Amino acid sequence: MTKVLMKGNEAIGEAAIRAGCLNYFAYPITPQTEVAEYLSRRMAEVDGVFLQGESEVAVSYMIFGASACGERVFTTSSSPGISLMSEGISYITAAECPAVFVNIMRGGPGLGGILPSQADYFQATKGGGHGDYKLLVMAPASVQEAVEMVMQAFALADKYRNPVMILGDGLIGQMMEPVEFPDHLKIQPTNKDDWATNGMSTRKGNTRNLVKTLYLNPEELNAHNLKLKAKYEQMAREEVRYEAYNFDGGYRLLIVSYGTMSRVCRTAVDMLKEEGLEIAMLRPKYLFPFPSGPIRDAATKDSCQAVLSVEMCMGQMVEDVERSVAGTSPVHWYGKCGGDVPTPEEVIEAVKKLVD
Amino acid sequence: MGKTFHKPEALADTITHYCPGCTHGVAHRLVAEVIDELGIRDRTVGVAPVGCAVLMYNYFTFDFQEAAHGRAPAMATGIKRVRPDLMVFTYQGDGDLASIGLSEIVHSANRGEKFTTIFINNAVYGMTGGQMAPTTMPNQRTTTSPFGRKTTSEGMPMKVSELLASLQTPAYISRQSLTRPKYINRAKKAIKKAFTYQMENRCFSLVELISTCPTNWGMTPVDALKWAEEKMMPYYELGDHKTPEDG
Repeated sequence: MTKVLMKGNEAIGEAAIRAGCLNYFAYPITPQTEVAEYLSRRMAEVDGVFLQGESEVAVSYMIFGASACGERVFTTSSSPGISLMSEGISYITAAECPAVFVNIMRGGPGLGGILPSQADYFQATKGGGHGDYKLLVMAPASVQEAVEMVMQAFALADKYRNPVMILGDGLIGQMMEPVEFPDHLKIQPTNKDDWATNGMSTRKGNTRNLVKTLYLNPEELNAHNLKLKAKYEQMAREEVRYEAYNFDGGYRLLIVSYGTMSRVCRTAVDMLKEEGLEIAMLRPKYLFPFPSGPIRDAATKDSCQAVLSVEMCMGQMVEDVERSVAGTSPVHWYGKCGGDVPTPEEVIEAVKKLVD
Repeated sequence: MGKTFHKPEALADTITHYCPGCTHGVAHRLVAEVIDELGIRDRTVGVAPVGCAVLMYNYFTFDFQEAAHGRAPAMATGIKRVRPDLMVFTYQGDGDLASIGLSEIVHSANRGEKFTTIFINNAVYGMTGGQMAPTTMPNQRTTTSPFGRKTTSEGMPMKVSELLASLQTPAYISRQSLTRPKYINRAKKAIKKAFTYQMENRCFSLVELISTCPTNWGMTPVDALKWAEEKMMPYYELGDHKTPEDG
């Protein structure tokens, strides 16, 4: 397989096509507009569907309609746009339709900034829309990982009949790295005749399918929510993914970090190792389900004095880290907002404040 | 003696929840008859609104999706773009189409999305209990305009058919009425024309239907039909406001 140098945004677009998704609806927003520009040309080459919708609100419902009639579909956006899509995401999840959403995070809140951030962690993992629902959330730390996660996302969306979100950031979207598109991640279309509104003639039957989210009867709505909850519990059993870095040897502190920020932390861990200070990093690859168990296990190692959540925001994942550790270890946060990515030196300084 | 009248196959054999005298029943039947006559039931997907017709999917016997308020045209766009072989229609009221969903319907019409929209104009928000709509008549009392719609602060009623007809993209835009049999017959012809344009993959189509809401207008069904003819129809002109043949 040949490696090509690609910009993250374009690689994400290409990854969807290689996974067998030929339908894309989107709205321009910095720093991910290149996905739409790339796919406006590329989708035509593969006879796929490309449409620039009139707003992110409209786009989220185009995704819903297309998914509900049984077609594989995805969209990309950035923080404020994902806010606009959040109602649609609540509906799509309630309707148990598969779809892939990519959030190339930028500074917030409000109009914020156009530089990278990790400030949509709560929105992605706790639900930006209303009601009891969860998305499976993936957090790539490189363009290659983004490619593989996008491709895997379609399979998982079909497996769970649930939207999957890829949480990237402006750096993942904008930087260029070598990538390859693994053939084994292209998936065959799934048969959706049992639920999709793909037309009775497609199914060669006389029973119609209905995609809805309204359950006025309280017992029915409760039963529906229990059904959704069971999916998230299955995800928690089967889809915990993380990377353990420098776990051998007596590490004095555990860093928890994801995405772009984790690359800086990795460098900090390496630099500290040279100085003789052992630090470990647990990098969640999926943010939902969150690797609670592995974090608690890693934090309770005898040599480990503290846990440090390093995030490009004002501290969101740190709450899940605290919850995971459940009081067995002190948990701290270090981070920056605004778009300046913390440097390895800044991370090292934060670490040294916590270890003696 | 043979059957002289029967329920269309596209209509479910069930009782609806609509109020006595509500013209949704008529509109539903016309849509179902047209779908039967065109033989498209097995490849039709309806998109239901939020409004009194939120449960309309219970009254039809083909695939349906339920949209968020105002978003049916966006969902219909999604379906039609990925499955152009399916016959897709939205069915929306005043709030759904002319208020919260105005952007979606204008952009769908402007892009020339090849689906059909049935627009129920009864000058009021029915399901939520009779609030003012963009289509509410001047001085009309509603639960949120208790002193009557003041055009100086709430503006004039919105003429959706004319608004959409002003777009440059070819489309079929027609306004009809459900207030008496001769208008109902014309309405059915317009609905059939709309779906036929879709079968030809020709253009976007919308049929606006002057409808009544006796419950929220505080009138008997018969008085409501009269009110619609006397107060709404002089303002909301019937007829084809745009056809794809127009230059």
